[in-house]
Amino acid sequence: MSIETLEAVHPLYGLMAEFETPGQLVTAARKAREAGFRRFDAYSPMPLHELDDAMDLHDNRVSLCTLIAGIVGACTGFGLASWVQAVALPLNIGGRPLISVPMYIPVTFELTILFGGLTAAISMIVLNGLPRPYHPVFNVDRFNNASRNKFFLCIETADPRFDYGETLKFLQSLNPEEIADVPR
Amino acid sequence: MSQPVELPDSIHVGPVIDEGHSLASVSDKVGGIVLKRKITLGWVFGLLVSFGLLQGLAAGATWLFIKGVGVWGINIPVGWGFAIINFVWWIGIGHAGTLISAILLLLNQSWRNAINRFAEAMTIFAVMCAGMFPVLHTGRPWLAYWLFPYPNTMDLWPQFRSPLLWDVFAVSTYFTISAVFWFMGLIPDFASLRDSAKPMWQKRVYGMLAMGWRGSARHWQRYEKASLLLAGMATPLVVSVHTVVSFDFAVSMLPGWHTTIFPPYFVAGAIYSGFAMVLTLMIPARKFYGLEDIITMRHLNNMAKVTLATGLIVGYGYMMEAFFGYFSADQYERFMILNRMTGPYAAFYWCLIFCNIITPQFLWFKKIRTSPGILWIISIVVNIGMWLERFVIVVTSLHRDFLPSSWGMYVPTIWDFAVFFGTIGFFLFMIFLFVRALPMITIFELRMLLPGARVKEVAAR
Repeated sequence: MSIETLEAVHPLYGLMAEFETPGQLVTAARKAREAGFRRFDAYSPMPLHELDDAMDLHDNRVSLCTLIAGIVGACTGFGLASWVQAVALPLNIGGRPLISVPMYIPVTFELTILFGGLTAAISMIVLNGLPRPYHPVFNVDRFNNASRNKFFLCIETADPRFDYGETLKFLQSLNPEEIADVPR
Repeated sequence: MSQPVELPDSIHVGPVIDEGHSLASVSDKVGGIVLKRKITLGWVFGLLVSFGLLQGLAAGATWLFIKGVGVWGINIPVGWGFAIINFVWWIGIGHAGTLISAILLLLNQSWRNAINRFAEAMTIFAVMCAGMFPVLHTGRPWLAYWLFPYPNTMDLWPQFRSPLLWDVFAVSTYFTISAVFWFMGLIPDFASLRDSAKPMWQKRVYGMLAMGWRGSARHWQRYEKASLLLAGMATPLVVSVHTVVSFDFAVSMLPGWHTTIFPPYFVAGAIYSGFAMVLTLMIPARKFYGLEDIITMRHLNNMAKVTLATGLIVGYGYMMEAFFGYFSADQYERFMILNRMTGPYAAFYWCLIFCNIITPQFLWFKKIRTSPGILWIISIVVNIGMWLERFVIVVTSLHRDFLPSSWGMYVPTIWDFAVFFGTIGFFLFMIFLFVRALPMITIFELRMLLPGARVKEVAAR
């Protein structure tokens, strides 16, 4: 790839380096971040918790959504039970209270879990931008192994510090197995 | 999860995963069962047998819909027969899956990684079987939606103070959350299958299911968080579900049911029967699919230990039931216990004591815990024992209550058995389909157990 390709709309998505071990990938990610790159991503066949630290990942929105949904679920459960028994169909049986708090707890609890659990899964999927069947990284042939036994680091052209020659040199300094262009 | 709990080596019987496996080999081995393995005669035979059993459900349900619940052995006083016995039995079996996938995840027990997918599949199919029974038992299953609160022209609402309504909410939530948790765990494995499948149709099917998962670190971070949150919520959920099931009994005023020990004793019993069912299914599965190097002796040993521990809790529950009966100084409670031990259903009670208290004692011996054949037989006995437990609880309390003039006997009919064995057929049928269509072991979590997955950062930073 030559210097002419560095147009306003870059024809490449990024540059991808392939590594043999998870340790190399974590080191590479840490160095990429220290070198000032921000638009890059690491790909691995299993979660590597060390990457969260190396890439400074701390997205808590899944937890926040889940908490809110759980609270909404609890209110829905208790509110539904109370509304049904006190407003929609009040039954006075021996003067017992219409809002019998302990008896409404099971439904309140179940709806808390139902709302929270569904939200945890859905917010994870939505925040991850899934479903997304087509993505430029899949254009790299060897990327098939990202779900098997290889580890990849992709620095995107969208990064303001991206410069084809410099970035290539940077990736080479990390001793990868292979470096590949990622076409769009 | 990352760090396994450190225990002295002496208590283990071998590794969690055999040495010699690499990141690539586990993917190929587990994925290969789905992608490459030929359909064998044994599998077809098993599928057909279970499909044959499933016809019992079809016939039983059809006859029931035509004639009504009178075709079953239920009567007054015993209005709760096989339907409730089987409901509680199946839902209990499901609980082991959630325990393995959620509670053991929170406790950092990494050995669960090889068995959680299979156990969760078992949970989902068992809850499906369980869910059928209350619906069939309503007698008019086409009106089963009346169980849910919805605005209707009759201006009626369900009773939120009733344990039967709690059951509706608990079981439907349990099924939904289990299915979501299971599917979420499958996403990265679908991606593995998509990437290693050769035929285009397999790539397409698994590709669609994987939703474009690409193993990005940003995705994994949210994924792990969501898994942890789901596990954290599934843990109290699983306890609540069987607690609510036990409330069906405990909140009523019947001798033998109206006891405070029911919730913990039911939950322990659920885990006990669930682990027995996991053993019943996994011992043949690991043999037929040559997975002895992934589901090792260590797994069987650990599962046998959990079975023993929960079996002892259940044994304590039986003892306390008898003690409460005596100590209550209530003539009806005392009569109920006496009737249970010496009445017309005494044979069931003593069989249950044999299956659930005597049999698991063999699990004290390491030799037995590590011999799959004997373990398999014990697990079957425990399954039968837990079914008998529910039979004894439901029938002996109902058939002789306060007034001798209203006593009766309960004898199941052929339609009770048809539906019961039909659900066993359904369960096995689903398991047979599952092992060929989906990876029966969570591949990405298996990778985390391998030395190749440890992060050793190169070069000082």
